[in-house]
Amino acid sequence: MSAEPIRVLIGKVGLDGHDRGARVVAQALRDAGMEVIYTGLRQTPEQIVETALQEDVRVIGLSILSGAHMQLLPPVVEMLRRQEGDDIMVIAGGIIPREDIIYLKESGVTEIFTPGAKTTDIVEFIKSRLIDTP
Amino acid sequence: MTDPDKVQALRGERKSWEESLETAAVNNPERKKFVLDSGLQVKTAYDPLDTAGLDYPDALNWPGQYPFTRGIQANMYRGRLWTMRQYAGFGSAGETNARFRYLLDQGQTGLSTAFDLPTQVGFDSDHPLARGEVGKVGVAIDSLVDMEILLEGIPLDRVSTSMTINSPAAILLAMYMVVAEKQGIPPEALKGTIQNDILKEYVARGTYIFPPRESMRLVVDIMAYAAKKLPNWNPISISGYHIREAGSTAVQELAFTLSNAISYMQAAIDAGLDVDSFAPRISFFFNAHLNFFEEIAKYRAARRIWSRLMKERFGAKNERSMMLRFHTQTAGSTLTAQQPDVNVIRVAYQALSAVLGGTQSLHTNSRDEALALPTEHSVLLALRTQQVIAHETGVADTVDPLGGSYFIESLTDHIEAETMRYIEQIDNLGGSVAAIEKGFIQQEIQTSAYRYQKEVEAEERIVVGVNKYTGGSDQAADLLRVDPAVSQRQVERLKEVRLNRNQAKLAESLQELRRAAQTSENLMPSIVEAVRAYATVGEICGILREVFGEYQQNINI
Repeated sequence: MSAEPIRVLIGKVGLDGHDRGARVVAQALRDAGMEVIYTGLRQTPEQIVETALQEDVRVIGLSILSGAHMQLLPPVVEMLRRQEGDDIMVIAGGIIPREDIIYLKESGVTEIFTPGAKTTDIVEFIKSRLIDTP
Repeated sequence: MTDPDKVQALRGERKSWEESLETAAVNNPERKKFVLDSGLQVKTAYDPLDTAGLDYPDALNWPGQYPFTRGIQANMYRGRLWTMRQYAGFGSAGETNARFRYLLDQGQTGLSTAFDLPTQVGFDSDHPLARGEVGKVGVAIDSLVDMEILLEGIPLDRVSTSMTINSPAAILLAMYMVVAEKQGIPPEALKGTIQNDILKEYVARGTYIFPPRESMRLVVDIMAYAAKKLPNWNPISISGYHIREAGSTAVQELAFTLSNAISYMQAAIDAGLDVDSFAPRISFFFNAHLNFFEEIAKYRAARRIWSRLMKERFGAKNERSMMLRFHTQTAGSTLTAQQPDVNVIRVAYQALSAVLGGTQSLHTNSRDEALALPTEHSVLLALRTQQVIAHETGVADTVDPLGGSYFIESLTDHIEAETMRYIEQIDNLGGSVAAIEKGFIQQEIQTSAYRYQKEVEAEERIVVGVNKYTGGSDQAADLLRVDPAVSQRQVERLKEVRLNRNQAKLAESLQELRRAAQTSENLMPSIVEAVRAYATVGEICGILREVFGEYQQNINI
């Protein structure tokens, strides 16, 4: 395991302005020793991918509460694949119904955290997934 | 409690009771710390000594009398119950119109419109950033055509309508007026509210477009226009709701909302308006959160602070200018995705606090809102919750039934004092616009939000079904899904509107709008003309974006 901190991009995709969750998670990841870049509101999937590649992050955490997750999350994963960024893990959080979670996971989103999720669980999840991969 | 001998005697008795309390605490140690989010240590019991300094006519007075602590009307709900107003909107204008009619048929007494996000941030439905968002969290409105469909068959002279719209508030208000005009209803007869509270968008809700100072101009333009043309319309609803949802405490909710209100008042006065010409139509919007008594005290303190601010700080003469009227919504952020039926109970208690606090209108959230937009069945249950409070519990039979409670009065005083301390701090920073530009308010909210989350995770704060009693079913019956074809149909309708309107009239109206925006003239008349010419929300906001520029968010964590 390297001593380099894990770099994470926390992003708000779509137009919703509810960034309480994104900010709380960003702060929790930072307190857990990760390096966190927060994009702010109203990012397109293209902007997320571009920032993630530029900032050389290992994880993208996307927050969305507008209901547009089916349209906005899969393109992030697809674009990462096309631009050789598929070693970047994509996770998401927000108001996302169970049936949609199944579809989103099939389309390459690694994990989805819904209301009530603990920030410590998110930290543990990221660490457990990245710890063995260089 | 003014007799000094009695007070002295009571002090002695309290001291001996406190000694017995120590023994009790040894046998039954307290199970947790009892501290409110605003920092107040809640005492074991309150007694007359806690309210000994309370001067009844000065601090409370009768309902309907300054400082309105006990309520803004003399007989409150004995005369007219609060307006039951469920926030609704999804998909197309036609679908939302059907939901509106359903709610009115079920006994709802006012409408409340949710717009989709592209509408709220001033993009047409075919804008690239509207991808996936059309008709999702509210109804899609691109042009007057959509508004005509939305309001079809609804008697606009009898129903009051609230519209949750901020940056493009002027446009939606103009559309509402023009639709009413086509139905033969004059502006004076229109009753309703537009949110039009841009300052909280920068700190909590996020649907800003223009920079703060340009946005303030739009807000004041609407207030000035409404003061002349729309005597029964609330041209602003200054909102603590979203500040609280973003994670603030009760005191912060009140302090930041009232600080924003002070900025709007000052801006309108600076623009040359007489305070009593617009202040009677100012309305507020608060959150009904979990801590029952703290919330009740919050609404009472809000009324007292506002009346004093209006009288002493802004020199209002008309008593109506000093009355804080407010809408309440139960706290969406307290709803859980786990065991969603339990949300019905949370909502009921929250709604009860709003009623005991003297709200003028109320939205009760639906149980499935942590999962998706509410189904028709869930919305009905939420509305029925209000109807049970109104007609079965008896709490609306007398005004301010908790007035005089040692605890409630102490808490009201505490919240007032803490709120005033914050307001002073913001005044010292140069007012709320400057405090927002400096990121002060955002930082305060974020700190509270993070602390709340930590407390839940440390199980210092129990959330039933989330960190305790997690055994129940997480299954919601069924969820509402917005028809994915809505977006395509909306874009087709928009194309049709763009083709069929009078292009010369449109171009002329947009040119006039641009000219007016570059001056300091009131923008409402030119926005009304543009709307009449079927200019879209995206086109009108596009011109204003060019003239005013766009706001860049502070993204510090």
